[in-house]
Amino acid sequence: MNKFRKVLLDPLFNNNPIAAQSLGVCSALAVTTKLETALVMTLAVIFVAAFSNLAVSLIRNQLPASIRLIGQMTIIASMVILADQFIMAFAYDISKQLSVFVSLIITNCIILGRTEAFALKNKPTISFVDGVGNALGYGVVLLVVAFFRELMGSGKLFDISVLPLTTEGGWYIPNGLFLLAPSAFILIGLFIWVLRTFKPEQVEEG
Amino acid sequence: MADESIKKTILVALGICLVCSLLIATAAVSLSPIQAENRRFDKIKNILIAGGLYSKDIDIAAVYTAKIEPIMIDLSSGATIGEDRFYEALNIADFDINEMARHADYGQTVPPDTDLAQIDRMPKYMVVYYVKDNGALQRIILPVYGRGALSMLYGLLALDKDLKEVAGITFYEQGETAGLGGEIVNPRWQAIWQGKEVFGDSGEVKLSIVKGQVNADTPDARHQIDGISGATITTRAVDQLIKFWLGENGYGPFLNKIAARED
Repeated sequence: MNKFRKVLLDPLFNNNPIAAQSLGVCSALAVTTKLETALVMTLAVIFVAAFSNLAVSLIRNQLPASIRLIGQMTIIASMVILADQFIMAFAYDISKQLSVFVSLIITNCIILGRTEAFALKNKPTISFVDGVGNALGYGVVLLVVAFFRELMGSGKLFDISVLPLTTEGGWYIPNGLFLLAPSAFILIGLFIWVLRTFKPEQVEEG
Repeated sequence: MADESIKKTILVALGICLVCSLLIATAAVSLSPIQAENRRFDKIKNILIAGGLYSKDIDIAAVYTAKIEPIMIDLSSGATIGEDRFYEALNIADFDINEMARHADYGQTVPPDTDLAQIDRMPKYMVVYYVKDNGALQRIILPVYGRGALSMLYGLLALDKDLKEVAGITFYEQGETAGLGGEIVNPRWQAIWQGKEVFGDSGEVKLSIVKGQVNADTPDARHQIDGISGATITTRAVDQLIKFWLGENGYGPFLNKIAARED
């Protein structure tokens, strides 16, 4: 059980895929202008990572080396399509906002990274948990970045007005920089900085 | 590591493909009706928003059936196409703008020098929507579309029954940058359109989006809409597509016919 806990919780702060391993940053820039989209994206990535890991782990002893990568990618792509279909069926309005970024989960290095590094060498159940853990680590960064971007960029959290905008009769002039991609980079950098202040062991040797 | 025999490799590859295809196909087929319903519903919701009939708690289907009348028109002549002239591929219920534009018989290419909206092809027929209150015409909703900065923009432009003023505008499909070009779906910006006059004194289309804020003191202000800062390309695209569809290559003939009927 302890092993499961470690696999689940390590990627949150001790070995965060974005902060420590620098994986999956691309979509973090695009879907974090709002908390709502960041949350749905996180759930989609959790689904894809967990079930891809599970599936790859189930066939790890049968998968020949020559089709190792393409086999993993086929599985990951199928999971992404499944996630996309579900979102279009049950969260249509959000799917319009997420548009291509759900499909782009296929390109998210975290997923292939984990199937390669973990699922190929471990049993199905713990592989599933590893998928969930790493996707959660990704999700933590996404939600933190989205929190600041939505708040500073449009004065809202989950579309609920927190800082009333001047365009809606309030006092807050939204900081447009937060709606542009560079702000996400900066926020991720700040996240890494704060994280390593608390956990200096993550600082690479100079 | 697993063995490398060719037979095994092929078997495993086929196995993965089979299982994955079964999963995806099952999901796609069983979810397809729900998704089609979502799209249909979303479009109806947008028609109601453009028609000024939408609020959070209404029964969308009921209001639509009661107050909206879809009409198929021939764009080049402006004439209404009655149900008796519908074909299997050409009818109101299944009308899809993109399918019709690509269709060999029901679509046509747009000459590059007149293609303000940069759509390359357009349908020969369009479905427009009359908003009726107890049988009396209140507004006319015109579907418009064109190429934006990052995506195709699909919207609904509502005109008052005397075709002088804009009653509303919505965009039901777009993929522009959230917070910038994506602000074309912001109801606050869309509200600026209401009451703006479409045509100038000689009947030419004067409705336009300016850069920055409209100067309310100029006489042309009644035709002008504020731009969205940081979204120049998108707003210019909206400006151009509006001009295209309100012009002689879009709904011009249709609007002329309506105006003539009223005189």
